[in-house]
Amino acid sequence: MVPRRPYTDDDRSMTQTAVKVRGLAKRYGDVRAVGGIDLDIRQGEVFAILGPNGAGKSTTVEILEGYRTRDAGEVSVLGTDPGRPTRAWRARLGIVLQTANDAAELTVRETVRHFATYYPDPRDPDEVIARVGLEEKAGSRIRQLSGGQRRRVDVALGIIGRPELIFLDEPTTGFDPEARRRFWELIDSLAHDGTTILLTTHYLDEAEALADRVAVIARGRIAAEGEPATLGGRAAAKATVAWAEDGVRRTVKTDEPTRTVAELSRRFDGEIPELTVTRPTLEDIYLDLVQGATHE
Amino acid sequence: MSESTTAAVTADTARRGGGELPSALRIGWARAVVETKMFFREKDSAIFIFAFPIIMLIIFGTIFSGQFEGTGVTVSQVYVAGLLGAGVMTAFQSLAIGIAVDREDGTLKRLAGTPLPRSSYFIGKAAQVLLSSAIQAVLLLAIGFAFYDLPVPADAGRWMTFAWVALLGINGSALLGVAASSLPRSGRSAAAVVTMPFVVLQFISGVYIPISTLPEWLVRIASFFPLKWMCQGFRSVFLGDAGLSLEVAKSYELDRVALVLGAWVLGGLVLCLTTFRWKSRRDG
Ligand SMILES: Nc1ncnc2c1ncn2[C@@H]1O[C@H](COP(=O)(O)OP(=O)(O)OP(=O)(O)O)[C@@H](O)[C@H]1O
Ligand SMILES: [Mg+2]
Repeated sequence: MVPRRPYTDDDRSMTQTAVKVRGLAKRYGDVRAVGGIDLDIRQGEVFAILGPNGAGKSTTVEILEGYRTRDAGEVSVLGTDPGRPTRAWRARLGIVLQTANDAAELTVRETVRHFATYYPDPRDPDEVIARVGLEEKAGSRIRQLSGGQRRRVDVALGIIGRPELIFLDEPTTGFDPEARRRFWELIDSLAHDGTTILLTTHYLDEAEALADRVAVIARGRIAAEGEPATLGGRAAAKATVAWAEDGVRRTVKTDEPTRTVAELSRRFDGEIPELTVTRPTLEDIYLDLVQGATHE
Repeated sequence: MSESTTAAVTADTARRGGGELPSALRIGWARAVVETKMFFREKDSAIFIFAFPIIMLIIFGTIFSGQFEGTGVTVSQVYVAGLLGAGVMTAFQSLAIGIAVDREDGTLKRLAGTPLPRSSYFIGKAAQVLLSSAIQAVLLLAIGFAFYDLPVPADAGRWMTFAWVALLGINGSALLGVAASSLPRSGRSAAAVVTMPFVVLQFISGVYIPISTLPEWLVRIASFFPLKWMCQGFRSVFLGDAGLSLEVAKSYELDRVALVLGAWVLGGLVLCLTTFRWKSRRDG
C-alpha cells in the first residue's frame, strides 16, 4: 500500500470539512435510534463508524446521504443540507448501501456502464470493474454472482461517478480475505486520490487498517472517538507482561513493561519462559466501550 | 498497491470537476434501454404477457365462433377489439407490479442516491411499456386480420381514432399503474394485489363478455375506469357502423371516450405526484 501522508494541524485549518454534524437525533416511534451525535470529517479523511447491531450506524449514514429525515440537529455534507438534495450534489457523492438486490438480469458490465451515464465525469467502467476485481465476471448476470461478488458490484457503482465523498455501509460483509485486502487497497488508493471516505464496519482490523479516525457508536450516541491507535486511552493503557514460573502463568500490568522485562531477565538470567508483552487490542477497547454504554 | 495504479489515480483527480450533468432525456433513454433489456430477459414473464391475449383470443374465438344476429359482426372481431384494450391496459399492470418490485428490491433506493433525474426513471418505464403494448397490439391485429376476418380499416379517420385512443389509453393506464404501485405492502404481494382487480375490470368492461349483456349497474361501475372506453373506441375503429347495435348507448360515444380517457391522464398524473413513494415502508 502507498503510505498516506498523515494529517497535520496545518492541513486541518486549511482543508474544508466534508461532513459536519451537530446534535443529530432521530426516533422511530418509541425507539431512539440516534440520540445527539456530533461529527466532523475533514476532506480527504477516512472515517470509520463502529458499533454493535442496532447502534444507529445506518440511520446516521442514511441521514447524511439524504435518504432519511432527521428529527433534530444540523447537518452539512459537502456544504449542502442532505434534507434538500440537488442533482449536482448527488453527482459528488458515492453511496454503497447496506442491502440491495436490484438489476438482477443485467450483466456486471452493463450495469456499471449504465450507471456511468448518470454522472458528468464518470470513471472508465472497465477500469472500475477491474479495481473491484470483477474482470472475470464482467459478462455475467448479476443474478448469478455470489454474495461477495454482488457486494463488489455495489462498491463499483459507488465509485463509478468519481465521487468526492463516498459512504460505505458495511461494504466488506461477505468478502473473502483476499477480496477484503483488495478492497482495502482500493479504499487506500481512493483516499490517496483525495476522496473522503465514511464507512461503517463490524471488523475492527478493517477500521484499524483503513481509518484515520474512528467513532464508536452505542445506543445512538458516540461512546468514543479518535485515532485507532489512541482510541479510548488505548495508547496510555497499561501493558500486560506474562511469563511462566514454577509451572504457573504469572501476569503483571504495568506502565513500564521494558523495566519489568529487564528485571525478569536478570532474575531468570537469560531466557524468560513463555514471555509475552501485550497491549489492549482495538477489540478489547471496543468491547469495553460498548459494554460500558449498554450498562449505563 | 502498485505504482502504475497510483499514477492512474492521480490522473483521475486531474479530470475531476469538469462536465455538465447529462440531460434527463439522455439518461431517460439509457434507462429505456436497460428496462427493455431486463423486461425481455425475464423470459417467462415476457412470453406470458405477449401470449396471454393471443391465447384468450384463440380460446374465445373457438368457443364462440358465430356472428351477432343481424349485424354481420363475428364474436371474434369483438374479442380482438376488447383484447386490444386489455393489451394497452397491461401497461397499468406492468407498472404497478414493476415499480412495487423496484421499491422492494432496492432499485428505487439506489437510483434515488444517484444524480438520476426522477423523470428519467419514468421515461424509461414509459418507453418499456409503450414498446410492449405496441408489440401486443401488432400481434393481436396481425392475428385478427389474418385469421379472424377482422376488416382492415380503409379510411385514415379510423386509424386516427385508433391512434388517439391508444395514446390516451396507454398514458392513462400507465399513470394509474404508477399510482397503484404504492398500494401493495410489499413487492412480493404486488402481483396478487394488482392482478385481481385488473381481471375483474376486464370482465366488467366488455373484454370477454359483450358489454350489452352486462347488468346496467356493472356497466356503470366500469364506466369510471378507462378500460371500458378504450374497448369502445377500438370497436368503433374495427367494427364500424355494423357493430353499433351491440353498444349499450347504440353509439360509440367517441366524445365521451376522449373525455374519460383524458380525465384519467390528468387524474393519474395528480395521483402519481401526490402518492408516489421512492422509499419502501421499511425505510425511515
Ligand atoms: N425504518 C425503521 N423503522 C423503525 N425502526 C428502525 C428503522 N430503521 C432502524 N430502526 C431501528 O433503529 C435502531 C438503529 O438501527 P440502524 O439500522 O441504524 O442500526 P445499525 O447500527 O446500522 O445496525 P447494524 O449493525 O445491524 O446494521 C435499531 O434499533 C433499529 O431497530
Ligand atoms: Mg446498519
